[in-house]
Amino acid sequence: MIKFQNVTKTYPPDTTVLNNVSFEIKLGEFVSIVGKSGAGKTTLIRLLLGLEKPTSGQILFKETNILHKKRSQLQELRQKIGVIYQDYKLLGHKTVYENIAYVMAVKGEKDEKIKKEVANILEITGLSAKADNFPNELSGGEQQRLAVARAIVNQPDVIVADEPTGNLDPYNTYEVISLLNKFHETGKTVIFASHNKEIINKLGKRVITLEEGKVIRDDKKGRFIL
Amino acid sequence: MLTNFKRILKFAGNDFSRNRGNNAAAIFVLVIPILLATSLFLFQGLSQSVISQIQSKMDVTAFFKEDVAEEDILAVRDELLRVSSEVKSIQYVSKEKALQDFIDRHKDNPDFMQALAEVGVNPFLASLNILTDQPHQYEKVSAFLESGPFSELIEKVDYSQKKDTIEKFSNISSSINKFGFILGGVLFLIAILVVFNTIKLSIDNSKDEITAMRLVGASNWFIRGPFIIQGMICGFIAFLICLIVSGVAAYFLSPKIEILAPGFSIFSYFISNLGIIALIQIGFGVGLGVLAGFILVRSYLKV
Repeated sequence: MIKFQNVTKTYPPDTTVLNNVSFEIKLGEFVSIVGKSGAGKTTLIRLLLGLEKPTSGQILFKETNILHKKRSQLQELRQKIGVIYQDYKLLGHKTVYENIAYVMAVKGEKDEKIKKEVANILEITGLSAKADNFPNELSGGEQQRLAVARAIVNQPDVIVADEPTGNLDPYNTYEVISLLNKFHETGKTVIFASHNKEIINKLGKRVITLEEGKVIRDDKKGRFIL
Repeated sequence: MLTNFKRILKFAGNDFSRNRGNNAAAIFVLVIPILLATSLFLFQGLSQSVISQIQSKMDVTAFFKEDVAEEDILAVRDELLRVSSEVKSIQYVSKEKALQDFIDRHKDNPDFMQALAEVGVNPFLASLNILTDQPHQYEKVSAFLESGPFSELIEKVDYSQKKDTIEKFSNISSSINKFGFILGGVLFLIAILVVFNTIKLSIDNSKDEITAMRLVGASNWFIRGPFIIQGMICGFIAFLICLIVSGVAAYFLSPKIEILAPGFSIFSYFISNLGIIALIQIGFGVGLGVLAGFILVRSYLKV
């Protein structure tokens, strides 16, 4: 489903963040990408979303090269990938309900479907009571649950979570991981970037380890070893 | 398409009501260039009125020789009107009418009346008073009368005596127009920069939100649309404010301006040009609002 082939990303003048990175992620996999801060995890995600271009190499999403996509096609690609960020990236002037409904509206879904699906996802993420609140009226955990709700409401093929638990306490961390697991159980792909050893070890899923921009390990049932 | 448009309208409405402070600032700064454009329009009306009042007092007078018959003078008048597109009007003043006008004007002045009595006969010549559209056209008309086919009939053309006044006025009026245009242009440019800067600050507030919209796959128009419609709403409100403010100002300033420019009522001018003024105001308000929204959001859509 997702292929990185000999991907290198160098920022001028000569800072190489990713160095000849290759791996493949199949549909339905739960893959953790681990590494210290600055290892290249976030750059890898930005490249997958087409937010940046690699210096060399190919990135394929469903056999299509992302590098060859026009800006409008990249927007269509982004609709198929649910992304969760450490800093949430919520729409501050929209309510909880509107934040989730927005991504469905972007995709062109009908109003009835939006109403039904948003109510459903609010229920799943435990945010029904906060539907009319604005993001700045939510706790950190609630904001991250909202980010998860927004990422999964369109039933994307893949969810990319970039350090989603970085700002959360253990209880909220558990909540977010459990939501990602639920999504994975429906047969979807999850890419989970983190430097939280405890969570990675508990997951017991495939782990790709990055160090100084290189893939140093790729284990089917991996652990956080650095 | 229609669904998307409805959604963009709804987002714009929600965002507008949730960003009251920023929108109030945007409306306030939009009022400035609109009022400036309106003032320039009204000032142009005022200066045109003053110019035409002064122009109406200027003319070229062709005095005909003693023995020229009235029908020949009238023939010259008709010919002038036929051949010269610059001539606005021509008034024929007969010898008798000239004498009567003199008496009417100076009947209370015994010196003048005594001098007239001493002359014994009617000393005045029949004449044509010629008005042109523009002051600079007097010279051309004067030259035509002095050297054209009617020069034999004409005693003198009273242009050279008025030449300096006419030329001075012509220069002043063209300088006022040029200066007004340049000053207006500079002020307008400054006002537009202020508008763009204020709207930029307002859109900067939504920078992270625009980035988030791009990250979830929203198209450029889906993001830009609500900002453009908000710009439109701000522009429309600014237009309504300006229409009321300029109307009220014209009403209260009218008597004072009439002292400076007798016969010109700025309020009547405002009312009789209400359509054009409203068009200028709505054009500037909505146009600037939309343009600012369009251009400024663009810089954040490059993700």
